[in-house]
Amino acid sequence: MAIIHDVMPVFELFQPTTVEDTAALLEQYDKDAWVLAGGLDTFDWFKDRNKRRQVVVDLSGVEALRGVKKAADGGLEIGATTTLTDVANNAMVKESFRLLSQAAALVASPQIRNQGTLGGNVSQDTRCWYYRSGWTCYRAGGNICYADTPTAINREHAIFDANRCVAVNPSDTAPALIALDAQMVIRSSGRERVVNAQDYFIGPSVDITRMTVLQPGELLTAIRIPATWAGAEFYFEKIRERQVWDFPLVNIAAALKVSNGTISDSRVVVNAVAAHPMRLTAVEAAIAGKARNEATATMAGDLATQGARPLAHNGYKIPLVKNLVKRAVRGEAQV
Amino acid sequence: MNIQQQSPFEPNTVSRRAFIKMVIASGAAVSASAYLFRGSTLIGQGSLPGSVERLMTLNVNGQMRRVDVMKQETLAMTLRYKLGLTGTKLGCDRSECGACTVLIDDVPHYSCSILTHTVRNRKIQTIEGLERPDGTLHPVQQAVIDEQGFQCAFCMSGFIMSAVGFLKTNPKPTREELAHGISGNLCRCADYDKILRAMMRGAAYMQKTTT
Repeated sequence: MAIIHDVMPVFELFQPTTVEDTAALLEQYDKDAWVLAGGLDTFDWFKDRNKRRQVVVDLSGVEALRGVKKAADGGLEIGATTTLTDVANNAMVKESFRLLSQAAALVASPQIRNQGTLGGNVSQDTRCWYYRSGWTCYRAGGNICYADTPTAINREHAIFDANRCVAVNPSDTAPALIALDAQMVIRSSGRERVVNAQDYFIGPSVDITRMTVLQPGELLTAIRIPATWAGAEFYFEKIRERQVWDFPLVNIAAALKVSNGTISDSRVVVNAVAAHPMRLTAVEAAIAGKARNEATATMAGDLATQGARPLAHNGYKIPLVKNLVKRAVRGEAQV
Repeated sequence: MNIQQQSPFEPNTVSRRAFIKMVIASGAAVSASAYLFRGSTLIGQGSLPGSVERLMTLNVNGQMRRVDVMKQETLAMTLRYKLGLTGTKLGCDRSECGACTVLIDDVPHYSCSILTHTVRNRKIQTIEGLERPDGTLHPVQQAVIDEQGFQCAFCMSGFIMSAVGFLKTNPKPTREELAHGISGNLCRCADYDKILRAMMRGAAYMQKTTT
């Protein structure tokens, strides 16, 4: 598809300065409104003329949505428009939840991290290029998946939980937040609801046109990280073809509580293998109470890919997930 | 300028750059942009909280510049086609190449992927704003000349702005750190080795000028 290089189509722009005004605008314009944070996902859609809204609500002026605060329980509350650079460099995040700072530091390129936000990174749309090129696939409201035909190129697509659509969630910070038991604070006019990070992301069997539970009119305002996993043993790894810009082929975020060499509790989450980040609860259950060693790691790796259904060109993701889970359970020191 | 009066056998002496600047200076850009950027479909929304005025003052390279900006206009478009700052290049227009990198409050950003309205109250620096008023080049610019670090140099202003921004956060980088710091810029000539050498020399020059 040709790349268009002129000015994107017209929209009405609002730059509110408070959360209340933002919520009011989103309520007023509902389905006609587009929430703009860093804009790095947004502008591709607008420039390519593949998605369009009458109204764009720019969050850059809402100070209350930015910054990292200490929460009463010893955890952290991160404003949704805190940039990925700020998340990666924040001293409190680094000290207690290094998993998240590692994940944020591996997103895209320096300039994108300087502008892209944590809320945007978890709420971004999938990168399936058939969908992003404007093909009328299931996700775009049509009745075919162009990525799952005999001639389709689907190296980057799903090996788990596909349902008509085989696109994957491309976020690096999402699996880290799920591993940290984070909660998403969602605001709409007059209401606030809190959703577990794990339940924030949805697959095509729930709603094929959306990646998250966010409804029109709703705004992700903050991400709360409880103290639960502060200072646990963390492992993050992102596999990609180029070491900059690229979205993950597979990434993994793990948090383990280990005492005397025995794993007491854990969270193991992989992403870019399904339309939502996958928490591997079977692995977590199997390694609980086991010694943290090579045998446990191998067992965890084998368990991780059970039920995987590769497409024509993404079978490599199965050994990749297997080995990443193995490494995460075994721990960094022995890699 | 009247092209018709020129003999077809004489080379056109107006460079592309001069032509673009002339067009911007004349009214041609105004009429063309009125055609490109149609009026908004929502009329009478001016009273809502957060509504936006098109006429704004932009702080670019230390100057306050008055400019009329469309709501959907990116900073790269404003800099190049409204303010005549064509040193900022547009490569991919999709935050995938880095040619349009400028500093916003001293931090490198892709100017193709940020609305001008978003940076209204912030400090913008482009490649044109690097040299001192007396014409002394920025140490990184001087290093690029001394090292002859680029081939076609289309990506150069982006690379220099990235490096200048990165060196503000890490003035004494190793080669690896610098490579990581400016990894958000592409060079299609694949001249990375010499670019890195030039940028490292620039970092060294900056050490000398500050100490």
